[in-house]
Amino acid sequence: MAQVLSPVPGTFYTQAAPGEPVFKKPGDLVATGDIIGLIEVMKTFIEVKAETSGTFKGYMAEDGAAISAGEPLAELEA
Amino acid sequence: MPIERLLIANRGEIAVRIIRAAKAMGIHTIQAHSEADADMLAVRMADETVCIGPAQAAQSYLNIGAVVAAAKATHADAVHPGYGFLAENAGFVRALDAAGITFVGPSAETIDRMGDKVAARQAAEAAGVPVVPGSRGRLDTVEDAATVAASLGYPVMIKAAAGGGGKGIRIVQTEEELRKMAPQAQAEAKAAFGDGGLYLERAIKSPRHIEVQIMGDGNDAVHYFERECSMQRRRQKVWEEAGAACLDETTRSQLCDTAVALAKAVNYVGAGTLEYLYDSETKEFFFIEMNTRIQVEHPVTEMLTGTDLVQEMIHVAGGGKLRRTQKDITRTGHSIEVRLNAEDPMMQFLPFPGQVSGLRIPEGEGIRFDHFLYDGYQVPPFYDSLLGKLIVHGKNRETAIALLITALEGLEIGGLKTTKALHLALARDASVRADDFHTQWLEPWLAAGNLKPIH
Repeated sequence: MAQVLSPVPGTFYTQAAPGEPVFKKPGDLVATGDIIGLIEVMKTFIEVKAETSGTFKGYMAEDGAAISAGEPLAELEA
Repeated sequence: MPIERLLIANRGEIAVRIIRAAKAMGIHTIQAHSEADADMLAVRMADETVCIGPAQAAQSYLNIGAVVAAAKATHADAVHPGYGFLAENAGFVRALDAAGITFVGPSAETIDRMGDKVAARQAAEAAGVPVVPGSRGRLDTVEDAATVAASLGYPVMIKAAAGGGGKGIRIVQTEEELRKMAPQAQAEAKAAFGDGGLYLERAIKSPRHIEVQIMGDGNDAVHYFERECSMQRRRQKVWEEAGAACLDETTRSQLCDTAVALAKAVNYVGAGTLEYLYDSETKEFFFIEMNTRIQVEHPVTEMLTGTDLVQEMIHVAGGGKLRRTQKDITRTGHSIEVRLNAEDPMMQFLPFPGQVSGLRIPEGEGIRFDHFLYDGYQVPPFYDSLLGKLIVHGKNRETAIALLITALEGLEIGGLKTTKALHLALARDASVRADDFHTQWLEPWLAAGNLKPIH
């Protein structure tokens, strides 16, 4: 089990824009470098990318949630 | 009528700056804030506070209805907009006018006029301010383009008349190149905008960004000399100076005097800035736009001229006359400001807010730090990354840079990342010390790996 951690504090988004599909759904295959979510911090959007490959298990933070640096955002099964 | 109750419709360091100025004038201060800013320094300092909405700026600091309602509810007789947010929003000024509340800044008409690039260019030309030489209107044939280019002088920039966003822009050095590239630019403009019309402008190589601070009371206007703001990353200024060491006295006088002429021509009220591109090879300067607000970098001008510009703009907004005539305004020494942002310069300037700890602020003659920090303060991630501005003043540019290094070494902001390391590296760079840089200098310097982690 691997966790995707937030590199910065900010607001977490699981989709590119309201109404768009979520980046990953449980069961999706994830390759290293795949976008898992977005973090908005100080008017800048940062892509959160998977650092390992695996199967997507689920988000650990909600869409629109305020998160801090190092907080787990999603889980992957190797 | 002098202002008695001032609502500050902004946040961060500029809110703190405005409160200090207003309190020094004996004005009652009312700080507007979002839900996320309830514990910011300006809220702690103000005589009175009012919440104007949720964290998202669109629902608070940019919400005209909410800000005007807050001003009415707190019986404010004036609103200071700071910079950004509603500072250059004519609709906001009209809403305040309708409520009988004074806006600390120019009229809605002036904001509209100077905010429109074409109208501003016309007003500047009419006042004798040089603008970037360009074609009078659209050009439809390569032959017309060649004739106009010959009169402007090469190199020229080819732009799409209908354009925007860089589409169709080409820089050509000779007529031969123009004849080759103009048809391509036409085709690209036609494809992108459905209109193959072209527009030509003189291309200014490696320009410097120089701006003039002006202040008006509706009848008279004065300048407070110029600032040099060429050190930019992604069009954001990172380091600003007053004055511009690259100017000779004749050029400086022309630059500043024509700026005053424009300010007088539009009966300007408040603080304003005229921005120019400067070609240091030909010593020519060209107006690009006017900002109708107090700017982030105003402290370098205050240090150079010994004037409190924020107090002066509040004074004229309250109907006062300018308190200093042009001949009373003199420049002494040299001043530099650097912007401390909550960003990691070693990680592509990734924003990195956090909780402030171990704050240590340098003090001493010629050192000033405008900020909104205190130990334990949680910098919210919802707004821009400016934490503070370190300003130094010395008897010349060399001593100012030496003082900047001392002051930066004495500045500690723990708990988050800051751009301090960038400024120390710049202050020690040979080109910066030789005043040899321009608006396109910093990004290649960073890309070349000149900023190294300190171990």
